[in-house]
Amino acid sequence: MPDVLVTQRLVALFGVAVALLNFPLLALWDHDSHWLGLPLFPVALFAIWALLIGLLAWVVERSPEPAQGTR
Amino acid sequence: MLPASLLIAVSFAYLLALFAIAWWADRRAQAGRSVIGNAWVYALSLAVYCSAWTYFGSVGRAAGSGVWFLPIYLGPMLAMILAWLVVRKMIRIARAYRITSIADFIASRYGKSPSLAGLVTLITVVGIVPYMALQLKGISSAYAVMTSPLGAMAARAGPWWADSTLYFALALAGFTIVFGARHLDTTERHEGMVAAIAFESLVKLLAFVAVGLFVTYGLFNGLGDLFARARGDDGIRRLLQFGQGQPFAYSQWAGLTLLAMLSVIFLPRQFQVMVVENVHESHLRRAVWVFPLYLLLINLFVLPIAIGGLLHFGPGRMNAEMFVLSLPLAQGWTMLALAAFVGGLSAATGMVIVEAIAVSTMVCNDLVMPWLLRTRRFGARSAADLTGMLLGIRRLAILVILMLGYLYFHLAGEAYALVSIGLISFAAVAQFAPALLGGMYWKGGTRHGAMAGLLAGFLCWAYTLMLPSLAKSGWLDDGFLRDGLFGIVWLKPEALLGLGALDNLTHSLFWSLLLNIGAYVGVSLWRLPTAAEASQALLFVDVDRRSDARQPVFWQGRAQAPALQALLARFLGVERAQRLIDGYAQEQAGGTVQALVADARLVQFVETQLAGAIGSASARVMVASTVEEEALDLQDVMRILDEASQLRAYSHALEEKSVSLERATAELRQANEQLTSLDRLKDDFMSSVTHELRTPLTSIRAMAELIRDEPDMPAEQRQQFLGIVVVEAERLSRLVNQVLDMAKIEAGHAEWHNTAVDMRALLEQAAGSLAELMRERGITLSLELPEQVAPLQADADRITQVVLNLLSNAAKYAPQDGGRVRLSLQESPDGVKVQVQDNGPGVPLEQRERVFEKFRQVSGDDHYRPGGTGLGLPISRQIVERFGGRLWLEPAPGGGACFAFFLPFGAPVPSGSSS
Repeated sequence: MPDVLVTQRLVALFGVAVALLNFPLLALWDHDSHWLGLPLFPVALFAIWALLIGLLAWVVERSPEPAQGTR
Repeated sequence: MLPASLLIAVSFAYLLALFAIAWWADRRAQAGRSVIGNAWVYALSLAVYCSAWTYFGSVGRAAGSGVWFLPIYLGPMLAMILAWLVVRKMIRIARAYRITSIADFIASRYGKSPSLAGLVTLITVVGIVPYMALQLKGISSAYAVMTSPLGAMAARAGPWWADSTLYFALALAGFTIVFGARHLDTTERHEGMVAAIAFESLVKLLAFVAVGLFVTYGLFNGLGDLFARARGDDGIRRLLQFGQGQPFAYSQWAGLTLLAMLSVIFLPRQFQVMVVENVHESHLRRAVWVFPLYLLLINLFVLPIAIGGLLHFGPGRMNAEMFVLSLPLAQGWTMLALAAFVGGLSAATGMVIVEAIAVSTMVCNDLVMPWLLRTRRFGARSAADLTGMLLGIRRLAILVILMLGYLYFHLAGEAYALVSIGLISFAAVAQFAPALLGGMYWKGGTRHGAMAGLLAGFLCWAYTLMLPSLAKSGWLDDGFLRDGLFGIVWLKPEALLGLGALDNLTHSLFWSLLLNIGAYVGVSLWRLPTAAEASQALLFVDVDRRSDARQPVFWQGRAQAPALQALLARFLGVERAQRLIDGYAQEQAGGTVQALVADARLVQFVETQLAGAIGSASARVMVASTVEEEALDLQDVMRILDEASQLRAYSHALEEKSVSLERATAELRQANEQLTSLDRLKDDFMSSVTHELRTPLTSIRAMAELIRDEPDMPAEQRQQFLGIVVVEAERLSRLVNQVLDMAKIEAGHAEWHNTAVDMRALLEQAAGSLAELMRERGITLSLELPEQVAPLQADADRITQVVLNLLSNAAKYAPQDGGRVRLSLQESPDGVKVQVQDNGPGVPLEQRERVFEKFRQVSGDDHYRPGGTGLGLPISRQIVERFGGRLWLEPAPGGGACFAFFLPFGAPVPSGSSS
């Protein structure tokens, strides 16, 4: 996979992360409800966070090995 | 409550263990078996981000405002998404130019300006002092909680010399000096320190998670129970809601996230571990997701501990920041509390050690050295060895930074929560973002622009955040807070121009970054960059496009190698300097120092090495005073760049030429080989033809001579001999015809008359014409033909020639009397397949392809049948291939030979066709 694609994926993922963690998408969790006995808002934040980590790992671990060596 | 002596002993034992790890890692590094050359260790070392703030402060924040501790960790998540692009570039730049601190980075980018380096260092020191204080406060509070009876306020501090925090700060300074300022290194890398930091990251994570598990499952029956009980309490319940009963403060949320996002890269300790201590840039690939994962894990139990503490003690009764310690203590789990204390200790010490080392490097290289080198005693003309001096300055700087932190803790620490103190520092380092990021991607930024931006941002930060924090602690008159400076309302620090819609942190961040970016861009656009700025801009922005060897060197003048070596020796020691120069000579001048030309490249090499030890700005000053420089102007920079790119273009073109030359040579060689082999084939062909012609000629001649020499020969015998002559003459003419035919086909001069051919009719006709011959020899010919086949486009005469040839071959090799020949036709969607099978001796496997060679009859004379020319099969194959088909020899069931050919329906019209 060419590096160009990784760059674009990372920028796109950044956009997704900013959108998910800010106004107005954050307001989706504005309910006083529970999920399996846990408060909704904190659970949603941790879930989004875990999702972003997963996606980021997927994108970078598939990128080609850089050519630069050690110093 | 634990005895103070135990706590102090454990703390010292822990610090000693850290030192042992660092010492071990240093030893391993010297032996060439680095322990930190590993992506996991690198990722763990990045977790130095989690200081006492995370360990103690987050719980306090969560107990006060629910999920609002999280933006500080979501920011790094965002930053890490782009780190593979941005931080990787920073690593490459820092590696290429031996940049060892953030001040060096910014100064180096804007023309190696000493004043800019000094300003950045000053901002860092002022900005980072509250953060240092935070760690001291965290440890000091933890110590108080551990050593006093539960719930009691810490005993009021006695005289200053009896304050344990002071001794703790001094001890930390000592350890930091041992860790980071024992010896000098041109790259400022500290293997041992990184190993110890990675270990500390593990300790604090494990300790915090252990307390979290204890609270969740020991104190309560799991998360469900904990949150169910939280729902029962109105105050706690509101904490877990989205807006907590008010409109959600989106701007503050975004502001905190942005702040953390910038800080995770621009805090001196983060820059140190992420960029300077990076061993291999590929480690970053793993770290960008492992580090956020670490943050997620360490934050997982913040809410449960905070809620658990509130439920257990009741709101407001205990310091929520110390729940991590007080909850286990309240339950009598002293060992767990001790472990938690060690975890907190490692969070604080890790931060202090790395931060102090990073800042001391900056203070030494970017603040003290440039000033010192201007003095007569240590300046360029002096020959004093400065290595010891450098170390001394750094050690002193570490001590001073920690003492400043202690002072701030004493002055302002009591009034503020841990998190609020930390945020003040975050906002200070965020001021580096425009100049640094702008410098990496925009060539137009100038030194004055960076200077203006930093100054504007820093002053705005100081006025809107730092001074109010001091005023609120009672150390300044807070009149200007309420009424504005000089009583002017729109100068109120926390509502500039009357902007009151934001909380004080977001307000400060907004104004300072706005002024910062505005000044940076505005002043940069005032004029063109100077030569020094432009050249550095090119080197930074395009760092990915150039390999080391082809970097343009922006320097002109005259230099002497011995003088440069002496300069190196002053700062790195005689031995190191000799080694470096020898190594350079080995690479450049073929090994001998005498052959070394003091050209621009050598000057640059020396300057880069010096930059690692004393910062790029000081290195520039030192080199400039040692050599005779000619000032570059912008045109010179462009010229040098041009030359470098021309050189690159030349070498690129050369490379391409040599590649294409090689390719041409290979093609020529191949063509030559082909020609040689064709020539040999032709020779073979000629000798075969002449040989084949001679055989019938010899017998004709012999017969004719016999008839001539013996007039009395009986008529019967004469008739017999004449018969042989006729047969051989026929064979001869057939041979000549076939050779001509072959030559025509091969040369493409053969004539082809394409018509629609009905294969069934064609095969029947061919079989009929040979039926008589077969019967004479006692051979049974059987036909297996379908009722009807689709017509195909071909030359009927040529195809007949092929079939006749195969049939007569079969007749030739089938045994007389009892021989069988089978002719079959099969139709497929693509074309037709014809098989001719006999029950003769067959063809050995290894000869299957050779029968299609010219003049090759199956060897082994016992099967040789006279009358063949050895050209029938090659000609047949040529014909079939002309029509896009194939002719081959199949393994025959039940022995004998089975020739088959396939002709496609959509046959290409052969060239040379006349129809």
